[in-house]
This record gives sequence, C-alpha cells and structure tokens, in this order.
Amino acid sequence: MSGVVSDEELSLPPPIIARAGSSAATASQWRLMAWRFSRHKLAVVSLVVVVLLYLTGIFAEFLAPYSPETTRPQYTYAPPQGINLFAPTADGGWAFNFHASGYDITVDTEAMRRSFTANPDKLIPLGLFVEGQPYRLFGLIDANIHLIGATDPKEVVYLFGSDRLGRDVLSRLIHGTRISMSIGLVGVVISLVLGVFFGGISGYYGGWLDSVIQRLIEVISAMPTIPLWMGLAAAIPLTWGPIEVYFTVTAIVSLLGWTSLAREVRGRFFSLRNEDFVTAARLDGAGEMRIIFRQMLPSMTSHILAMVTLAVPAMIIAETSLSFLGVGLKPPVVSWGVMLQDAQNLRAITSAPWLLFWPSLFVMIAVLSFNFLGDGLRDAADPYDN
Amino acid sequence: MLLYILKRLLYMVPTLFGMSLVSFLIIQLPPGDFLTSLTSAIADSGQSLDQASIDRLTALYGLDQPFYVQYWNWISNIIFRGDFGWSFDWGQPVSRLLWDRMGVTIFVSALSLVLIWALAIPIGIYSAVRRYSIGDYVFTFLGFVGLAVPTFILALGLMYVSFTWFGLNVGGLFSPEYEQAPWSLAKLLDLLQHLWIPVVVIAISSTAALIRVMRANLSDELSKPYVVTARAKGLSEFTLIMRYPVRLALNPFVSTIGWVLPSLISGVTITAIVLNLPMAGPLLLRALVSQDMYLAGAFILIMSVLTLIGMLLSDILLAVLDPRVRYQR
Repeated sequence: MSGVVSDEELSLPPPIIARAGSSAATASQWRLMAWRFSRHKLAVVSLVVVVLLYLTGIFAEFLAPYSPETTRPQYTYAPPQGINLFAPTADGGWAFNFHASGYDITVDTEAMRRSFTANPDKLIPLGLFVEGQPYRLFGLIDANIHLIGATDPKEVVYLFGSDRLGRDVLSRLIHGTRISMSIGLVGVVISLVLGVFFGGISGYYGGWLDSVIQRLIEVISAMPTIPLWMGLAAAIPLTWGPIEVYFTVTAIVSLLGWTSLAREVRGRFFSLRNEDFVTAARLDGAGEMRIIFRQMLPSMTSHILAMVTLAVPAMIIAETSLSFLGVGLKPPVVSWGVMLQDAQNLRAITSAPWLLFWPSLFVMIAVLSFNFLGDGLRDAADPYDN
Repeated sequence: MLLYILKRLLYMVPTLFGMSLVSFLIIQLPPGDFLTSLTSAIADSGQSLDQASIDRLTALYGLDQPFYVQYWNWISNIIFRGDFGWSFDWGQPVSRLLWDRMGVTIFVSALSLVLIWALAIPIGIYSAVRRYSIGDYVFTFLGFVGLAVPTFILALGLMYVSFTWFGLNVGGLFSPEYEQAPWSLAKLLDLLQHLWIPVVVIAISSTAALIRVMRANLSDELSKPYVVTARAKGLSEFTLIMRYPVRLALNPFVSTIGWVLPSLISGVTITAIVLNLPMAGPLLLRALVSQDMYLAGAFILIMSVLTLIGMLLSDILLAVLDPRVRYQR
C-alpha cells in the first residue's frame, strides 16, 4: 500500500531557477532538495501535520485532559460534548464564554443503561492551561497543568466522548498517538537497517549471494501480509510485558518494509557500482566497507529517505490491524489499534460511533500525511530531474 | 511459450519451498508444542496424562525429532497424501476444515478481482484522457481515501452506514432464515445482498492503486507520436484511444496482478473477520489464538501458494499479451 501517489500528477512545473540572493548553480544538494520540496505545497502541509503528530506524542501528558487509564463508571459511553466559544446571555445577546455543552444523565434501571440527553442550559466552562490530574512529563518533571480542561476540577468533560469504562477518548487518542506513531518510526529504522544491509550486499557483490537474497525477498513479498503477520504476532507469549510485546510487534511490522527498501538499494548499487567515483575510490585503495558506506550510501541518502517515509504508513496500518484483531498490542497499552478493538462489533459502533470515528480519522490523517510527505521527498530527491 | 511457462514453473519451486518453510516456522514458533497445550487442557478437566502416554504421543507425532525431520514429515504428508495434519481445536483433520473455507475465500477474492478490473480500467482511462478535469480530481481524491483507510475500518464504516441508514445487518453471508435453507433464487438474492459489502471493501484499496497505475501508463502513451499520427489521419478519438494506447497501457497493468494478489488475500482475511464471514480469515484467527498450529499453518501455506499460482497466471497472461517477455532471458 505504499508508493501511492504517482509522481506525475503532483509533479512540479519547470525547473528551479536561481532565487534572489542565492544561485542554483552554487547551492548544495540539500539546499536544492529543500527548494524543490518547498514548492510541493501538499508535501509541506503534510510535513507540518507529521511534526504535529509527533509533538502530540511527545507532549501527550500535557495535551491530554486526563490520564488514559482514568475510569469513571458513572460516565460509560458518554457522547462527545461540543466545544463552544459563545453562549447566550440573560439579556438575549451573545457573549464570549468558552464552554462545553453539558448533558443530563438518566439511568434506565431496567435496561441497565445510562442515557445522556443534551441540556442546553448546562454549560461546563472550559479553560486553557488548567490544573488537573498530576503527571510526570518525560518521567522527570512533575506537573499538573493540562492544555485544555474544565476550569472546575470537579466537572468532567468528554470532548470526544468516552468508552465502555468511562475513559476519555480524546486523552486515549493523544496517548495512542505516541505508541502508534513511534511504531512506524522504530519499525522503519529496523527495516532500514535490514534493507540497506541486504540490498547493499546483494547489489554490491551480485552473483549467487544476490540470487539467494532475491529469492528470499520474493518469498516474503509474495506471502499475503496479514495472515503472515497474524501468524507471527500470535506467537508472542501472553506472559510477556508490554515493552517486549511492543518491540516484537514493531519487528514483525517492519518485516514488510525492508523487502521493497532492499530492492531499491540493490538497484541503486547496481547502477552506482561502475560509476567513475566508485572506480576512483577503488583505485585509491579504499576498502570495500569504506566504498559502500562512505562513497555509495551517501549518494543515495535522499532516495532512501523518501523510500523510508513511504514505508511508514504501511507500518501504521499494520500495527492498527494487528492490534484490532487482538494479536498485536494489548491493553493496558494504548494505541489507535487497541482503541479500535472497542469498536469491533455492530452494537458498539451503533451505540457509540465516536469509538470508531476518532481513531480511524487519526489513522487516515497519519497515513495520508506520510504518503504525501514521501512523494514530496521523492520528487525533491532528484533536484536535477525535471 | 511452453519453454517460458516451464521456466516460470521451475522458478516457483524454490519460492514454494521457502513459503512452506515459513509456514512451518509459524507452526513451530509458539513456545511449547501442541502436547503442552493438550496436557494442560487435560489437567484443566481434572484428569492427568501419565508420562507413558505423553512419551507415546511424542513419538507418534515425531515431536522429539529435530526440526528438519518434523518439517519433512509435515510437508511429505501434504504433498503425497494431501494430509495437512490434525486440528486439535476441532478434533478433525485439517484438510476437512480447509477446503470449505478456502472455496468461499477464493470465490469472494475472484469476485473482488473482477470488480477491481471493471472499475480500475475505465476509471484509469477516463482519468488519463481527461487529466486535471473535475472527474479526475474526484477519482484522485477517492483513490487517496481508498488507500489511506485500512480495510477493516472501511468494513466497519460500511457496516455502520448500512445499518443506521438502511437498517441492514450485513454480518455473515446469509440472513438467519436462509442459513440452513436449500438453494433457491431467494437464497441467492440474499447471498448477493450480503456479498456486496465484503467484495466492495476488499476491492477498494487495490482499485485505488490500480487506477493510478492505469492513469500513469496511459498518460505516458498518449503523448507519443503514433497517437498524433493516428489523430492526424482522422481516426475518431474513441477508436483511436481504445485501439492503440489503451492496449499498450494494459501490458504493465497485467503484471501488477502479481502484487495485487497478496494484498487482496490480506484484505479478504481481515474483512472476513470483521464481517464474520464463513471464510478462511476467522478460522485462521481462531486457530492462531488457540494455538491450533497445524490448522493455522495450513491456511497460511495454502493462501501463499494460491497467491503464487495467481502470480504465475498473471505472468503467463503477460507473456501471451507481450511477446517481448517471452523472449527475454
């Protein structure tokens, strides 16, 4: 599912001409890339979104109104409360009043269910930088300031609704961003190492080693991914702790990415092997490792960067799918996929559609941004190619 | 041509071997073996298995043998006797459970593949011919959405929409009243009513990808001189496009079946689990969770082999269409 946007419809009109104050003729490779990239509007926006998502992951404790584990049995399946900036005043006008709309809770003792009815008279004042549950940022700094929340600490607001245990969906989403986005990142690092290693030796040495590695890649990429992942993930012992499971799932997920990366690196190595600068290095008496790592790899860094970016969305989707099926990450870890486990059957999603909607939206945004970003990088990687 | 097919078949052998090895690895991967789960299951029911019977069973299933011997036992039973082992969860031979489910899986996958082609080719042609038109942008946008939404979310979303807007419950392949009924026209209609959601869900992401491929291929062809020549000759636009560039653009398109198939099977698996269809997916998941490893391994092996066969067919089709492929080394 990667390599999504073909370049031509997003490709850029004619070449980069010298900008004021600097010349294309003297600019460095990275400078040229940055110029070309910045003309790709969608990719720039996507870069911003990706950075924002990672910042969300980093500052999750501060951004989330509550801890993702706080359960409130009296608020199960509470619907999302709208955020309003203005409220009607007593004399019929409108005044600035940052609040969330409240509701009344009635308990249907017969059906053993709570129903929430909107109450327009009930306003819950909201504030920015409010005091709330204490947390420890980066495991170092004790704090209790949250970006958004009810000004009255006794009130509870569910801006994105709550789940079956009365946990805040918004807070879980923000904390889930940390896990889901980092799995993509860590997974990509693993497949980068594997891909560059196998692709590199395959392309550099060729011969029987190349054939063996190519067959291996063929086997892996011809196997249907979801059943294969399920098989591998199901083997994770139930007794393992969350961190071990996290890294195992990441490793499994990265299995897909490295094959395409290895193919790309191999192709590049094949074409670079007989370039003049490589021959020159060889004649200079440079060792093989030095040629590979100092001469050849740097000349394809930009391409690898683009490939790596395009590999991330597949990993995010993989983690989400596996966790959704119950063979990937498991509670108490919070990820988008784990959240979607709660939206598994028709009854859950008809009575609480927000359990499906919000995590899905985040997955989509993340996947699309990485795709556009990767496409922008791929186009930018070749500043001389119009 | 025959030589080409023969060569491709020969190439499949190492890949098949690799796949069977991976499948067997998955069987072996969980800690302990099925005897451990068997003994614990028996212990749960209050009885106990004496050491003599454990030893007997171990010897019977060759569990004390090294990895390669166990692998050989497993694969030779499959190849020579069609025996995929025993499902401990179901108390049945795996092969009995396998083919029923695989039949439905193949049927739905094939339907999806037909839908993918029926949608992707005309839309791809339209998008390439009318580039940057409103329609092209709409399809491009839909294509991105199709690629960005994981299959299972799409299935859940469609389930939600069809339930809240149309009052349809779309889980399973039949409504309860037709579940056990003999085949009739009404049952067939009921099946179709249930079938369209999985077929559409499975088809969408691959369709989106193939539209892009078709659009890119055809765009390349459209700017070539022979198109200008044909136009200058006064050929009608429709005949012109259909007769020459589309045919050429279809060639690389055919070879893409190869990578569509693995994602198709993946999509089928997860969609079947979400929609609770009597296909391979839910059974595979259950087998994996309950560590019914021979059943799980058989499913993974069969799915992989089917993918490989599909790839072979697409390669042969490509060779039929494009003589250059046949004569390549």
